[in-house]
Amino acid sequence: MTKEKFKKAIDVIGLPRLIVFCFFIAIVLTAYFNDIDVPSYFSSTIKYWGMWAVLVLAMIPTIKCGIGPNFGVSLGIVCGLLGTLLAIEFHITDVVNGMLPGFGPWASMGFAIIISIATAWLVGVGYGRVLNMVKGSEMTVTTYIGYSIIYLSCILWFRAPFGAPEITWPLGGKGVRNMIAMDGSFGYLLNDAWGFYIGGEKGIFIPTGLVLFVLGMCAIVHLYFKSKTGLAIQAVGANPNFAKASGIDADKMRIKGVAMSTILAAIGIVVYTQGFGNLQAYTAPLQMGFICVASILIGGATTTKASIIHVIIGAFLYQGLIIFTPPVSNKLLAGTDISDTMRQIIQNGVILYALAKAKGGSSNE
Amino acid sequence: MNNKTMNSLKKAIFDNKVIVMFVILCAACIIISGTSVSYIATEVFTRFGRNTCLVLALIIPCMAGLGMNFGIVVGAIAAQIAVFFVVHWGFTGINGLLLCVLMCTPMALFFGWLLGKMFNATKGAEMIAGLVLGFFADGLYRLFVLYILGGVIPFDDPNLLPRGFGLRNAFDLTGSLKYALDDISFATVLMVLGAILVVVAFVNFLYGKKVGQEMSVKEFVKKLITGVVVIVASVVIKVVLGLNVLFGGTRLILTDVALFGGIGAIAYAVIQFVLKRPKKGEKLFGNLIKIAVVGALLLVGTMIPAVREVYQSVRIAACTYGIIVFFCMFNNWLTNTRLGQNMRTVGQNRAVATSAGIDVDKTRIIATCISTVLAAWGQLIFLQNLGTFNTVQQQSNVGLYAVAAILVGGATVQKASNKHAVVGVILFHTLFVVAPLAATKLAGDSAISEYIRMFISYGVIAVSLAMHAWKSVKPISGERKEAEGRTTWGIFPCGSGKG
Repeated sequence: MTKEKFKKAIDVIGLPRLIVFCFFIAIVLTAYFNDIDVPSYFSSTIKYWGMWAVLVLAMIPTIKCGIGPNFGVSLGIVCGLLGTLLAIEFHITDVVNGMLPGFGPWASMGFAIIISIATAWLVGVGYGRVLNMVKGSEMTVTTYIGYSIIYLSCILWFRAPFGAPEITWPLGGKGVRNMIAMDGSFGYLLNDAWGFYIGGEKGIFIPTGLVLFVLGMCAIVHLYFKSKTGLAIQAVGANPNFAKASGIDADKMRIKGVAMSTILAAIGIVVYTQGFGNLQAYTAPLQMGFICVASILIGGATTTKASIIHVIIGAFLYQGLIIFTPPVSNKLLAGTDISDTMRQIIQNGVILYALAKAKGGSSNE
Repeated sequence: MNNKTMNSLKKAIFDNKVIVMFVILCAACIIISGTSVSYIATEVFTRFGRNTCLVLALIIPCMAGLGMNFGIVVGAIAAQIAVFFVVHWGFTGINGLLLCVLMCTPMALFFGWLLGKMFNATKGAEMIAGLVLGFFADGLYRLFVLYILGGVIPFDDPNLLPRGFGLRNAFDLTGSLKYALDDISFATVLMVLGAILVVVAFVNFLYGKKVGQEMSVKEFVKKLITGVVVIVASVVIKVVLGLNVLFGGTRLILTDVALFGGIGAIAYAVIQFVLKRPKKGEKLFGNLIKIAVVGALLLVGTMIPAVREVYQSVRIAACTYGIIVFFCMFNNWLTNTRLGQNMRTVGQNRAVATSAGIDVDKTRIIATCISTVLAAWGQLIFLQNLGTFNTVQQQSNVGLYAVAAILVGGATVQKASNKHAVVGVILFHTLFVVAPLAATKLAGDSAISEYIRMFISYGVIAVSLAMHAWKSVKPISGERKEAEGRTTWGIFPCGSGKG
């Protein structure tokens, strides 16, 4: 009897989540007993949690409208990078600082987000139309669209006619460079805003601005899904046929969901970039789609059900694991960094488990 | 009549639109890059020998309804693990390669079994599952070669593990397994082939009764004679001086192959025509004409200087190409067995297969196992030809390139054949060779070529998957609305999350 209850409990929590959670706790404890600076790593975990949370949030609309986790967030990511690059190119920070001192970075980030939203909306609608054509095999198609779009963007960055000296290669020549420092625009803007330490200078740093921004985005998404459109989208996801019968245009709702996911991804990469301090172009975002999917699944979502709380927990656990593993493995295994391999195994293992649990999660029989 | 021809031509182009598109793309790239055809031909023939076996491994799971098997990565992993140990033990040449085959086959079977279990748990999403499982296996493999080997399992070899644990990054096979297969001469291949034919004839004759495939004495003698003739031919090639120069070496020059192949094809067509006397309009008649025309074209090619020059520059590794033919024959043979028919039924409709008494899950696992073993052998052929490989990353793009190639050849997720694989490998790798050159010419920079290669590979898969899915969704939403309602409600009474 207790055994059955135990089994049921594991089923509800999900085996991989349990393993990841226990693993995380074990690693934090190991770090603590091995004289590793736990508070500072906790600070980075919170920082990276904030940077990733909006990107992971982009999984919610597609899961809710029945498409499943969006492996193709890369489309939104490319839009967000474009917005950020334009903000740097036009020197929005300097221009606005000239008029309203101190507001430059905020205006710059606002500009980047607005451009990102506009392009992501356009791209997302088109992407949604494509996904309506391939009902049943969305996950496979989105994965490959996501990959190919990243390489397409590489070709674009390589030839793009940007002129700002921060963007182009230092030795002249066309194209975007690999890493663009965000110091002159809006780097660390949210991270540093109203930030404070818990427990003195050596304690845990709370990036208040970032946390507030993430919570604000979560609230917006939550409210959106309480609105009429949001409820219609959820109805389509829960049962397309009932939705159709009650007069909801299923295809249109799916397009809305995809567009929203793409927009969130675009905003997410802007937030990520400001937190990272550098804009990473080219193939850096290649695996971001998989990381986002794995994060929300670790948080407790399935391929058909997801909520805001899954995003918050999942992003924290995933990032915590990534951040705590290298110092611990360095300490225990004498200078080896096993973390990247671990990340690959855990991330894909979690996705595999979710796919198997959902019995493929797809109805194309 | 004219209109009809036009229509059928239009239909032919539409049916092969992917191939047509890629032929145009290849041609454009060749013109832009201005590369000599000899160079492209040499490159493509080398890559063809290297890659085709891996692509041929995709056909059987496709037949069993598993879609494109991205999971062949696990086969490649099995092959690479075998290679590490064989090189460590110091085996070289063909013996080393055979030992690799012996080692990697059980491993590939085991991995294939696991992969098949996974596919059965994710029915309907096999492709994404295969892809993710590929990444997952990749991670485990990295854990194995970088940390466990030498770290946990004692493995003392300063050459391979310079730090005491973790294999070195670049793995050089020169002097051990490089060209182990390519360096087998044509005469030896013929001799082995003859021996196999004789053995198969004997086995079939003696044990055929037990499996229900009885063989008459006449047929047995016929097969026996064929085998003996092949063996005698191989001996003749080794002994006679002129033939020895032409066919005795390890690489055949394409000119000779075209010359003798052309004569052989025409002779075969004429003999068949005389012996069987097929009537006009019969299928055999059309096939014979096709064979004769191809033979004639090959012959004519050797006489045109420009083509002859290209022919002269291409070397073919006899044994590797022989194995490609063997893989193709194996696929064809399997399709016609009871198992192959079961796979086809499972691929078309699992419900029907179950009601016909076929164990669906088992059939799917067998298909995956076969595919994984073929992929492992394919990766061995790939590695012995390449000669040096990246320990950690070599396997990770195997599935991607193989799937992209077969899709370029006109395969769909539901239908793939040897023809698709062969055409696809030729087109895809031609594009792989010329597209970066063309891009360099246009953009004036070579760094862009890697992005273009990857974009082509992923783009091809995305577009063809989308096109396929579109095709399979469209008729339902169109004329068969009623049927759609019925099937959806029939199978999923409470609706499913996916549209």
